[in-house]
Amino acid sequence: MFNKSKKKVVMPVQNPDVRKDNFEEVALGYTLEMAKEEAFRCLNCKHTPCKSGCPVGVNIPEFINAVKNSDIELAYKIISETNALPAICGRVCPQEKQCEKKCVRAKNGEPVGIGNLERFVADWYMENMNESINVSEKSNGIKVAVVGSGPSGLTCANDLSNLGYDVTIYEALHCAGGVLSYGIPEFRLPKDIVNNEINKLKSNGVKIVANVIIGKTIYLDELFEMGYKAIYIASGAGTPKFMGIPGEGLPGVYSANEFLTRINLMHAYLEDYDTPIEKLKKVIVVGGGNVAMDAARCARRLGADVNVMYRRSEIEMPARKDEINHAKEEGINFLFLSNPIEIIGNSNTGNVEKVKYIKMKLSEPDASGRCKPVPTNEEPCLIDSDCVIIAIGNSPNAVVTNSDKSINCDSRGCIVVNDSTLATSKENVYAGGDIVTGAATVILAMGAGKKAALQIHNDICKNKSDAL
Amino acid sequence: MVCDIVYEILEKVKLNDNVSKMVISAPLIARKAAAGQFLIIRIDKLGERIPLTIADYDSENDTVTIIYQKVGKTTMRLDNKEVGDSLLDVVGPLGKASELGSYKKAIVVGGGVGCAISYPQAKELYKNGCKVEFIAGFRNESLIILQDEIQKVSNTLDVVTDDGSNGRKGLVTDILKNKLELNNDYDLVVTVGPLPMMKAVCDLTKKYNIKTIVSMNPIMIDGTGMCGGCRVTVGGKVRFACVDGPDFDGHDVDFEEIIKRNNMHKSQEIADREHYCRLMRGVNYV
Repeated sequence: MFNKSKKKVVMPVQNPDVRKDNFEEVALGYTLEMAKEEAFRCLNCKHTPCKSGCPVGVNIPEFINAVKNSDIELAYKIISETNALPAICGRVCPQEKQCEKKCVRAKNGEPVGIGNLERFVADWYMENMNESINVSEKSNGIKVAVVGSGPSGLTCANDLSNLGYDVTIYEALHCAGGVLSYGIPEFRLPKDIVNNEINKLKSNGVKIVANVIIGKTIYLDELFEMGYKAIYIASGAGTPKFMGIPGEGLPGVYSANEFLTRINLMHAYLEDYDTPIEKLKKVIVVGGGNVAMDAARCARRLGADVNVMYRRSEIEMPARKDEINHAKEEGINFLFLSNPIEIIGNSNTGNVEKVKYIKMKLSEPDASGRCKPVPTNEEPCLIDSDCVIIAIGNSPNAVVTNSDKSINCDSRGCIVVNDSTLATSKENVYAGGDIVTGAATVILAMGAGKKAALQIHNDICKNKSDAL
Repeated sequence: MVCDIVYEILEKVKLNDNVSKMVISAPLIARKAAAGQFLIIRIDKLGERIPLTIADYDSENDTVTIIYQKVGKTTMRLDNKEVGDSLLDVVGPLGKASELGSYKKAIVVGGGVGCAISYPQAKELYKNGCKVEFIAGFRNESLIILQDEIQKVSNTLDVVTDDGSNGRKGLVTDILKNKLELNNDYDLVVTVGPLPMMKAVCDLTKKYNIKTIVSMNPIMIDGTGMCGGCRVTVGGKVRFACVDGPDFDGHDVDFEEIIKRNNMHKSQEIADREHYCRLMRGVNYV
């Protein structure tokens, strides 16, 4: 039954010509037959290199084995022992840099499609089983607060809840999910999937309070007064960076966060919703990461001609290969080795009309290991545009840290934690995810949430036994 | 989806044909609110998030007060809500509180519905022992709001109208200029109103070298520094009104830029508003 194919079973996708006009999911998922066929490519290695590549340590060969035996329910149980959000991870994890990178099959051909299989298992379970797996131990009545309901906060809350804690997540926005809700678009991560995963947590006893900003509505010290024994801060890297070039304040220039929030969180692209988004004709997206791809592909779906402007070349792009390819298939153009130096607006209204940019060339590698882009001597070029979306990264959100000076931060505004315990400089306050690392991936944030949950549990147990 | 708190409308008072006041139950926010801060509200699932200044707050009765002018679809929809209804989302208090503790003699200049924002600032100054001279400007007499309330928290009050319908024709800057010419011993000017008015006030006070605080109310979505839609160039630097403001030193604000940015969604807003008006007429009168 072993499948010797050097290639993954291809996941069906929506036709690019059709999908460029809709917000429905691009990748359509495996059928059971496809999943089994792919599962049989797995060698079931004894030393499980894939598992060591997973930030939350999913027992990959074991769940794939269950898929081989058509026992998808068991496969789901194995995954959810360590991963609270499998349907999400199956879609947005950069598996090619993690589990699949370590897959033995990748030495000669493509790795096993672990992400595709994880997604299949999670979707199958969602469709066929209604009850959530309740792994909670009996409640111990100890209250823990989590700040932020993004992937890190959700994971930490899930794991603590499973250990019997009474967990409340405080969310600043009106809707839970953090970047999963406001950032990643519907066509890459349907919001029904996100809501389903969040509802599982809630049915498992996790409380989520929306519209409360820790640091504004409630202070950290007040949470302790309210009886919480520990706090996990996972408020993310949500503050957009701008380039500092002339014209960035003109009407028609958005941060990727604003553009994506209007579309994903506020549904500006749907008639019924009140939030406005302009009719766009020629969009320039500045940046080369996944967020840039998300923004470009949203703009495309709103009917615009889209150019992605990136200062390095294609191989240095931080975005996932699949996302870049999907964007290309949808008719998005790329201007590599190009960097904007000025955004020019209409002399009366100020509305964006053109972007002035210079050609770059690559020199020796910089601190990130990628070749550093430097300006060439060529004359600057002009390109027509009515909308510029800046997607060059995000900084940590300072609302929590500004409100409590006993939390130490580094010069970038990231919370400083003990690497092994995730403890901050304030007693019984822990932090993880993007607020500690700066903008990174969903799964790394989840890994931190997991680690923090265990540490909080250990510290609370230790304090209890010390008190005896 | 995750909403547990009910933000009930406890009181609704019409201040003029276009402006109304609502008192909303919001215990957690009322306990933290301070002058100069604002809220983000969303009426219902289909609504947009809009910022509104906290015009007043009562931490004993757990309420916050908003004053809004019907300018677009959202404020019109808000105006259809009555006592006993509730808003889906109210979040805050957002922004930094105004720093008004150390002044002796101040002029507060409010324009139109901007008086709803400058009123709590005047109140705060007055409470702190500052002499407050309030100048309020409106387009015409029927638009005058908060006159009695402002009277109580200011030493002098000048109300002017563009068309003279209240008996005093003129611009706020005319009165301001007279005051500054007569006696320049003010240590602060606070101004809130339409952007061109705030700009005119700042241009004037700059000549007299008097510190001037403006409160910015730009386009905003989240209110926590996440979208950057509210960015304002202040002293050559990009600042976010939601977390770095909403108060800024008016002499450093790039008004030209923010005036253009605030017009960004105008065409769609007008279309939405007209569509909504037609729709509501159908509901109300057919």
